[in-house]
Amino acid sequence: MAALFDQAPLDVGGPAQPLLEVSRLVKHFPLKKDSFGRGGGVVRAVDGIDFQIRKGETLGVVGESGCGKSTTARLLMHLIEPDQGEMIFDGHTVGGRALPLKTFRRQTQMVFQDSYASLNPRLTVEESIAFAPRVHGVSRQQAIERARDLLERVSLEPRRFAARYTHELSGGQRQRVNIARALALQPRLILLDEAVSALDKSVEAQVINLLLDLKDEFRLTYLFISHDLHVVRYISDRVMVMYLGQIVELAPSESLFAGPKHPYTAALLRSMPSIDPDNRTDEVPLTGEPPNPINPPAGCRFHPRCPHAEPVCSGTPPVLGDAATPGHLVSCLMFQPGSGHSAAASPSQATGGAGR
Amino acid sequence: MSGADSTPQPFVRIEGLNVTFSGRGMPVRAVAGVDLDIERGEVVALIGESGSGKSVTLRSLLRLHPPKRTTMTGRLIVGGHDVMAMDSSTLASFRGRVASMIFQEPLLALDPVYSVGDQIVEAIRRHESIGRRAARTRARELFERVRIPSAERRLDAYPHEMSGGMRQRAMIALALACRPQLLLADEPTTALDATVQIQILLLLRELQRDLGLSVIFVTHDIGAAVEVADRIAVMYAGRIVEQATARTLIREARHPYTLALLKGRTGADQHAMRRGNRLETISGSPPDLAALPPGCPFAPRCPLARDDCRQAEVPPFTMKPGHTARCLHTDETAHAPVAI
Repeated sequence: MAALFDQAPLDVGGPAQPLLEVSRLVKHFPLKKDSFGRGGGVVRAVDGIDFQIRKGETLGVVGESGCGKSTTARLLMHLIEPDQGEMIFDGHTVGGRALPLKTFRRQTQMVFQDSYASLNPRLTVEESIAFAPRVHGVSRQQAIERARDLLERVSLEPRRFAARYTHELSGGQRQRVNIARALALQPRLILLDEAVSALDKSVEAQVINLLLDLKDEFRLTYLFISHDLHVVRYISDRVMVMYLGQIVELAPSESLFAGPKHPYTAALLRSMPSIDPDNRTDEVPLTGEPPNPINPPAGCRFHPRCPHAEPVCSGTPPVLGDAATPGHLVSCLMFQPGSGHSAAASPSQATGGAGR
Repeated sequence: MSGADSTPQPFVRIEGLNVTFSGRGMPVRAVAGVDLDIERGEVVALIGESGSGKSVTLRSLLRLHPPKRTTMTGRLIVGGHDVMAMDSSTLASFRGRVASMIFQEPLLALDPVYSVGDQIVEAIRRHESIGRRAARTRARELFERVRIPSAERRLDAYPHEMSGGMRQRAMIALALACRPQLLLADEPTTALDATVQIQILLLLRELQRDLGLSVIFVTHDIGAAVEVADRIAVMYAGRIVEQATARTLIREARHPYTLALLKGRTGADQHAMRRGNRLETISGSPPDLAALPPGCPFAPRCPLARDDCRQAEVPPFTMKPGHTARCLHTDETAHAPVAI
């Protein structure tokens, strides 16, 4: 294990420097034309997003299908190449001379939703976990030793589980193996893409507790993607809400759940089923479905479904900026002073804080 | 909702239902002695985790299990019909006409090579002697009823041309095509996005009220159950371990498993789990139905379990009229703090 510790990545810029800074990230997927020459066009999966992940935080990402949250994770991981954009990991440009991709990948790992598909069925549990360290030059014996340590850490007794194959495990156990595997290279950032979504509630709670423990113990940073707002609220320090490839709101968890600013976030929160039988949801919070990211609406992408939309919204794309409170970012003309929306402050009042 | 004694015969009566699947390996008893009554116009939610037997119970009501590998015992009465005794032609006219079902994944439930409208027309004409044109008119009315915009045009769409929410609406329209009295819903909103899920839940509630349907709603999401159900039955290892009105179940749950489910929620309400605190979890893993211990199946994971729990199957105890729990130690859970 000593060999691994020698290579263990160090904190470069200190606690104040963001662990990952993403700017102007863009990914468009071109569509094939059919044999009659119809179709074509591009899916604007991620369309110019900027955000930071701070050291030691859990950044939650929510949004509906097609909003680009999984594409974002795959871009961060460099599983797919971005069309545009820059990523700076602890002060170094990812893929630059100081931080080549291989070194970056060791520091960033990912856990997927489908625990079965993400493990090689021909490898035993310990071989799966030891695989990546072997690729990165750790001796077989050391890698296996570390795999067993990690199994212990994720509460899978090595004597019982190390030699099993993945089909011999339950969903919760498989996801623990995936987490152990992600930890094998001592990463600093773990991208969890719907990592607990497929689990039963009782197992989900166990895995969430495990994730919280591991985060403390290994001083990890999480990007936590989920469609389950309850879980995101519980686990995240800050939450980023995406809609059609863009960030519509990014704020500390308490602030976002207590006072959502963007009309989409507000509707999303009101869509959570109530657990109070005397207080059921009476009105549909948001009609329609997310439009196709192939041809997103002009201006603000949410305006066709927005109850507060005004003519200006279909022409002027909003910019992500501070809402009433600093650190609570929202991309909506209602909070952009001088935008022309009737709810927005006039430009002269800009210093007093925007909004209604 | 309706009092237990107001009507002599409930619309649906499930009595001592057992379903065992045999194939290679050990036979699996997926449902082990389920009793459940549903009144006319009542919505009952069956909640539980995967393998708890909730979907198997639901599918038994239409006898959808492969007959060769399934052994079913018990009584199933729907609207006066004895489902267990039906031959295949009676069963065919029963399905869709008296009771029909909507599934989690409409893309798999709908036929990909026919337009949605044609499928509804076919279903109507299979059960009623009615012309194509009249059936098509009814299909359009159904589409409007489930709020599919530009209904006339959408009737000619194929399932893959519709969005997830539209497909689920189309499947509900198909299920309602022959004016059934009982709607069986198997996780109908699980695969949908949050803003669409709540639309479908509210639509189901509205249709139920307007058409006076009885509904059995299977879900793993307590929140979804509370949004639509009058009564909730909690299943574990093929048994109903607790049932009560939605209000009683949420506020006065007595079975340790129900309590654990409610506490393990990363809830959205003011009494929700605080961030930074650990979630209360149920230890251990879900039961292996092929190798259940004797006695209460939850005992291996239960904080209150004693020796008496491991002796014999625990019968349902009545807490108050309409509220039963299969637990020997409900006296200790009487004042347990619950989610709300």
